[in-house]
Amino acid sequence: MGEKLSISDLNKKLAEMDVKSLEGITIEGDIELEIDAGAGGVGPLFAYYFGEEVAKVAVQLVNMAKAFGYPVDSLLQPVAVAQAISPAPAELAKAAPEIPAFKIPDTLKSAKFSVGTDKTWKTQIQEVQLGATKAEGGSRGHVIKIGGEKAMPFFFDAAMPNRPVVTIDVFDMPIGMAKAVKMHYEDVMNDPADWAKKAVKEFKADLVTTHLISTDPLIKDTPAKEAVKVVEDVLQAVDVPIVIGGSGNPEKDVEVLSKASEVAQGERALIASASLNLDWEAIGKACVANNNVCLAWTQLEINAQKELDRKLMKVAGVPRDSIVMDPTTAALAYGMDFAYTNMERIRLGGLKGDEELNFPMSSGTTNAWGVREAWMVNSPNKDDSPWGDRMLRGPIWEILTGFSLAMAGVDIFMMMNPIAVAYLQEITQSLMGLVKAETPDTANWISMEV
Amino acid sequence: MKETSPLNLYKFLPQTNCGECGEQTCMAFAAGLIARERTIDECKPLFEEKNQKKYAKKLASLKEVIAPEVALVYVGVGDQQLKVGGEDVMYRHQMTFFNKPPFAYDVTDAMNEADLVERVKLIDTWRKFYIGNWESVEMVAVRSVTGDPAKFAACVKKVMENTKKPLILCSFDPKVLKAGLEVSAASRPLIYAATKDNWKEVAQLANDYKVPVTLRVPFDLDGLKSLAQTFAEMGLKDLVLDPGTAPNGEKLQETLQNFIKLRRAATEEGQKDFNYPVMALPINAWLTTKDPVRGAYWESVLAATFVIRGADIMIRHSIEPHSVMPDMHLRFNIYTDPRTPVQVKPGLNKVGNPTEDSPIFLTTNFALTYYTVESDLASNGIDSYLLAVNTDGIGVQASVAGGQITPSKIKDAFAEAGVDFEKTSHKSFILPGMAAKFSGELEDLYGYKVKALVGPEDSGRIPGWMEKQWPPKK
Repeated sequence: MGEKLSISDLNKKLAEMDVKSLEGITIEGDIELEIDAGAGGVGPLFAYYFGEEVAKVAVQLVNMAKAFGYPVDSLLQPVAVAQAISPAPAELAKAAPEIPAFKIPDTLKSAKFSVGTDKTWKTQIQEVQLGATKAEGGSRGHVIKIGGEKAMPFFFDAAMPNRPVVTIDVFDMPIGMAKAVKMHYEDVMNDPADWAKKAVKEFKADLVTTHLISTDPLIKDTPAKEAVKVVEDVLQAVDVPIVIGGSGNPEKDVEVLSKASEVAQGERALIASASLNLDWEAIGKACVANNNVCLAWTQLEINAQKELDRKLMKVAGVPRDSIVMDPTTAALAYGMDFAYTNMERIRLGGLKGDEELNFPMSSGTTNAWGVREAWMVNSPNKDDSPWGDRMLRGPIWEILTGFSLAMAGVDIFMMMNPIAVAYLQEITQSLMGLVKAETPDTANWISMEV
Repeated sequence: MKETSPLNLYKFLPQTNCGECGEQTCMAFAAGLIARERTIDECKPLFEEKNQKKYAKKLASLKEVIAPEVALVYVGVGDQQLKVGGEDVMYRHQMTFFNKPPFAYDVTDAMNEADLVERVKLIDTWRKFYIGNWESVEMVAVRSVTGDPAKFAACVKKVMENTKKPLILCSFDPKVLKAGLEVSAASRPLIYAATKDNWKEVAQLANDYKVPVTLRVPFDLDGLKSLAQTFAEMGLKDLVLDPGTAPNGEKLQETLQNFIKLRRAATEEGQKDFNYPVMALPINAWLTTKDPVRGAYWESVLAATFVIRGADIMIRHSIEPHSVMPDMHLRFNIYTDPRTPVQVKPGLNKVGNPTEDSPIFLTTNFALTYYTVESDLASNGIDSYLLAVNTDGIGVQASVAGGQITPSKIKDAFAEAGVDFEKTSHKSFILPGMAAKFSGELEDLYGYKVKALVGPEDSGRIPGWMEKQWPPKK
């Protein structure tokens, strides 16, 4: 006693005595190690740590030591034993199979990946035609179809039958706008017809929206009858399908939009918009009577959207193929999460069979320009990192506001900045596989020089 | 975790209602687990050594049940450690997205030291204030452009001297990766990447240095799964998948579809053998253009695509404000927890150290609006009072239109907050510009003893407004 036990001492003794195994040992401690007399097995925990053979050796070592009178009882703690035996004598380690070790296989496994489609998407989104040709009772050079989806946008479950389209805003009077937008329209701001032409020819708008804002009693209070002449001018100036908007005044808009619908009779113009805050029935009926399409606008509330759609169908008699929804666009960094999720839920609801929600959606993407990050020269917060050039910041704000909502299911975008229009078209069409281009070798990104 | 019933988690808890976690009952703790407000390590008895025998089975089962559908991989160490993956749902409204994909900005070993340090500092310090918090970017990706292990190691070392942000070491050459790991392994970088060509060597590195590893098999999900299973079988499970990010053409469509497939397989189909977090490479936009604006815009658009659908981490290049800002906000919006109300407590708050001469502003209790106004006041050193009127969390413009804010509600809110205009030197308050039309009616309500001044439409313009309009003329 009192003499310290060393592994090499033990090893020597062990070798001298030629001990191969010890039988009938039961050790009870925290780890209930049992050695069955016949099979010579050890407890699972012990085996896990050391491998079965090594564990046996450890037990033998401990018993040997005991037999020689060494104070090894404390070693019966499993960790202590592990430490005691870890530098096992070479010849013993060789006898034991390898500890489960990191091992690199010779070849790669061969696995197959597969994933299913979403079986809950059973209902197609209503397809809506905007614009009508001469043969169809209108005067447009071509028509545009939106909607018709059987899956979430750009998902592999089903191809999108129609690409998202852009309508560029035209106003019936000059208005204040962010510098990065204004610079593109300064030369046409006094003439809505020229404005519309520029939007279509230069900026590749699929449609144009004529906003009759001068009708607002607080702005110019232009009488409806006079205001709608601008709609006639625009119909003359361009042959793309059109959208007609009011001023946002809930009383006046009913009159203005009803009149506008008459002027655009048979054109399948999108009339913006009917809402629960105004006489939606009158607007809905004006659309039906003149073969136009009704935009149903609600404010970030899915149940209100259902209610309005239902009323337009059931009360105003608007056919299913003449309803588009505007569930409100809250812009990037200004509530976009609400707008995005509201639209995503609406689209998922429609696909799953909610017949009050399976209509195409529209986004007032221009709202992006109301966000300070889109137009302010510098951050009002002095501790922000610099905001950079607002002429570059603004357009991307409009792009991402629109594009995010394209991912949620929007079919038609009301936009202004031509750069934003081009990018939105490019990314949405790329994701539909419509843009052919040679893809570079993506392995080169690590070493590329930029 | 797919489980939605606390009862099914309760059965794996000790059921002693010991209260150590701060909840009254184990059932309440189970509900907290379901809501992701609590984590299992907060149940101390489950982990105590003396209970090991008693609870080992429960703990194991519980761990399995609450494991996220997309595996969670930790990158980095300490308070800079990042969670990559860990998502449970396909669409954010189904619960929430949890761990916003870290943005890793690139540097290269071909940069001269001054440029390198400058760029790392830019990445390290970039920040923007938004809804009461500072938003920043998270990582630095070091690219081996020279192919020289020594240069790579020197670059990694220099980066680490200038930032504590976690790293991604990028090279297909195991020797280069090893050199980088030699100087950085202790900070647990992510390595990029193991491929079908180098996987044996990279697996060895991942094992030797105990670091997470990215597997790259572009546009071949069978091949990617094969590589992932091979690694998993070797015991390497801290994996990130790079299924390929094509920056253009029809392959871009395939790219998004692959991301959707992987996320769906993990979250909706519970494919536990192939549910690792996924990496996107918006930086690949720069393989198609050298134009700085085009590159930044397209990169931004690609980042948006994958923030919305399926990326858990991404490598980026443009740190220009017109690229970082929109993507940062998009990521913030998409990863905002839709279950959390976006309101602040209505009432009067001080900004700075206001006195009886200080202006009194008001806005709504929509958190975004409130914090924006507050930060505009605070960062410009305007000592003032700010009243948050209860509009059920609706912003100024919408609540003026919708009737959630009215002149009488404003007057009531001031009364409730105990504001006595007689005790101010100016006897006035400042309306948001968007609520300008309430001014006359409010002055009428106060019997013309209090002035309702009209402030600017954007609170960012308050400093300019103050210069011209404050204090009010008698």
